[in-house]
Amino acid sequence: MKKNLSQKDNYLDMDLLRFTTAGSVDDGKSTLIGRLLYDSKNIFEDQIKAIEESSKRRGDDNVNLALLTDGLKAEREQGITIDVAYRYFATPKRKFIIADTPGHIQYTRNMVTGASTANLAIILVDARKGIVEQTCRHAFIANLLRIQHVIVAINKMDLVDFSEEAYEEIVEEFKSFSSRLDNLIDVTFIPISALHGDNVVDKSENIDWYSGPTLLYQLETVYIGSDHNHVKARFPVQWVIRPHSDEHHDFRGYAGRVAGGVFKPGDEVQVLPSGFTSKIDSIHTADGKSSEAFAPVSCSIILEDEIDISRGDMIVKNNNPPEKGQDIEAMLCWFSDKKMIIRGKYVIRHTSKEIKAIVTDLQYKININTLRKVEDDKEFGLNEIGRVCIRTSSPIFYDSYNNNRTTGSFVLIDEQTNETVAAGMIS
Amino acid sequence: MSSYRINHLDQLESEAIFVLREVAAQFDNPVMLFSGGKDSIVMAHLAFKAFHPARLPFPLLHVDTGHNFPETIEYRDQFVSEIDARLVIALVQDSIDKGRVVEETGPLASRNSLQTVTLLDALEDGQYDSAIGGGRRDEEKARAKERFFSHRDGFGQWDPKNQRPELWNIFNGRKNHGEHFRVFPLSNWTEMDIWQYIKRENIEIPSLYFSHDREVFERSGTLIAVSDHVHVQENENVKTRKVRFRTIGDATCTGAIESESNTLDQIISEVAAARQTERGTREDDRRTETSMEDRKKEGYF
Repeated sequence: MKKNLSQKDNYLDMDLLRFTTAGSVDDGKSTLIGRLLYDSKNIFEDQIKAIEESSKRRGDDNVNLALLTDGLKAEREQGITIDVAYRYFATPKRKFIIADTPGHIQYTRNMVTGASTANLAIILVDARKGIVEQTCRHAFIANLLRIQHVIVAINKMDLVDFSEEAYEEIVEEFKSFSSRLDNLIDVTFIPISALHGDNVVDKSENIDWYSGPTLLYQLETVYIGSDHNHVKARFPVQWVIRPHSDEHHDFRGYAGRVAGGVFKPGDEVQVLPSGFTSKIDSIHTADGKSSEAFAPVSCSIILEDEIDISRGDMIVKNNNPPEKGQDIEAMLCWFSDKKMIIRGKYVIRHTSKEIKAIVTDLQYKININTLRKVEDDKEFGLNEIGRVCIRTSSPIFYDSYNNNRTTGSFVLIDEQTNETVAAGMIS
Repeated sequence: MSSYRINHLDQLESEAIFVLREVAAQFDNPVMLFSGGKDSIVMAHLAFKAFHPARLPFPLLHVDTGHNFPETIEYRDQFVSEIDARLVIALVQDSIDKGRVVEETGPLASRNSLQTVTLLDALEDGQYDSAIGGGRRDEEKARAKERFFSHRDGFGQWDPKNQRPELWNIFNGRKNHGEHFRVFPLSNWTEMDIWQYIKRENIEIPSLYFSHDREVFERSGTLIAVSDHVHVQENENVKTRKVRFRTIGDATCTGAIESESNTLDQIISEVAAARQTERGTREDDRRTETSMEDRKKEGYF
């Protein structure tokens, strides 16, 4: 079937890569994204026209590619990006979603948010300045959020005369401090100039000593097939489909999105928290019955036995069940102006479950610029990251975040304001 | 490649279905906006899939400016009956009759900006606590930062600085009484994804999207269709041309493009080669550089 597809139909069957970009102020991040969109011909005439006019009004010498990605009026006036913005582009090989996050210290929360859905992170380094505190912070967050693929883009090579020595020095420095960051299993270093386009889409003639991939080539070819856990089967139930119609009188489908592993008709499964076991009768999508479902597919599962199952329950396979408990330890990133209250009550949202929880202890904070632990300071506020103990009002079913990004993650919500105040990764 | 690979359309579909099921589970009384345009058609199609074989657990709401292309209304009624959905219609004309809004006058009058009031009134009348819209982040600069679950205060207003962070696929829909949410399941789709999905799923779309002969005239670089709802001015030259629409909105401000594209494949090639964004044909976005952001703050979708 597949080999008969015409060239055009291949466009219906492309990979999707989500990546995040992080850089300090003036590292040229917006210029890089603008360059990537511009050189890969993903910019439209009316957009070009709009930024040409804006550049002229602002008195910029060249067309300012950074204006392509500066979104809201407020931040264009201030000249900074204040929130995660999502960009889209495609090449004949892949579709891309960019989570464009600002690099200021006060916006750790945005970097964490952007990183949470990314397969890959681009960390920008200014070739003149080398590794700075913010570089460490970006690498730490990529590691914490378990982004396995990292591109360290050493930018502004034109300003160091395209010097190989300057590049090598930065590579060595990055390697030496990142050796402690275990989740970064695939790091690629690329010397670029976003302003002039060297090694972004087209290979640079100025950097002839570099034989590696261009930035776009790396984005198009990095292998992302193993980013989901396809071993431990997890199916958090989101919704129960009961048609109440004559035609589908007895239909009872458990709807959700597979969070890990593979489910097939005939599989022995267990339903948590009740612990009842049954067999999968069939797996449905609106296109009919499926022979299997794996992460991150949305489907509905029908069991052979009638068991009382509702939202918040989880269907798993018997051979490798998740952890179960009311006491969890996690790395937490705080998102709110209001400081965390130890022994304070919050709402925890974990998969499709929402229950009450108390943060019982802050074990330590991390100084994300030095990566050192801080143990004697119990104040925990906006943009801080630390390790906490949490007690939930009833048991939850979880995996460590390093094993499963979906069943290992949660958010905390303030009961009074309903704000999302923290994001957690279970240890 | 691993056998556990899913392509971009399957990923976007799974994500959108997940979001739609979250809406059904987290809110008491959701409603889905339906304009008869391609994005809302894809969204309703996804909703059909998300809850199949049950009916949609929410009605569709059409905010009707009264200035429609007749093809849109015909399509709407047929589509709604095919997926067996409930349809609620909110008329801008009613808002005008009740004195809630004042109709623009003059040759360039449009009801586009009046829709916001009709929409907010309809949400209040129906006691809806969440409205699902077909907005995409790639459409316009102000939308690039929009959340899947976008919080609105008691006045229906969007505050770009006070939105909840969304991590992984965890959506926080908790709210106080009187507040509500706008939800955008197609956030991560691009115009191209929408067309490719329409082709893959074999979804029928209004004939306006395909090339046809139509009387049009040029106004500030946009081709506007002649209808009872627009006033052709003296210096505007009406001609019959082969055109199609890239977006379908209010007939007074949606521009046509010259095109010979009769099939989805031709449209997909045309979109791939296009040098203008689809909203480049929307007069309403061009009124000022930040017009979308300003309208959104007031409650526009």
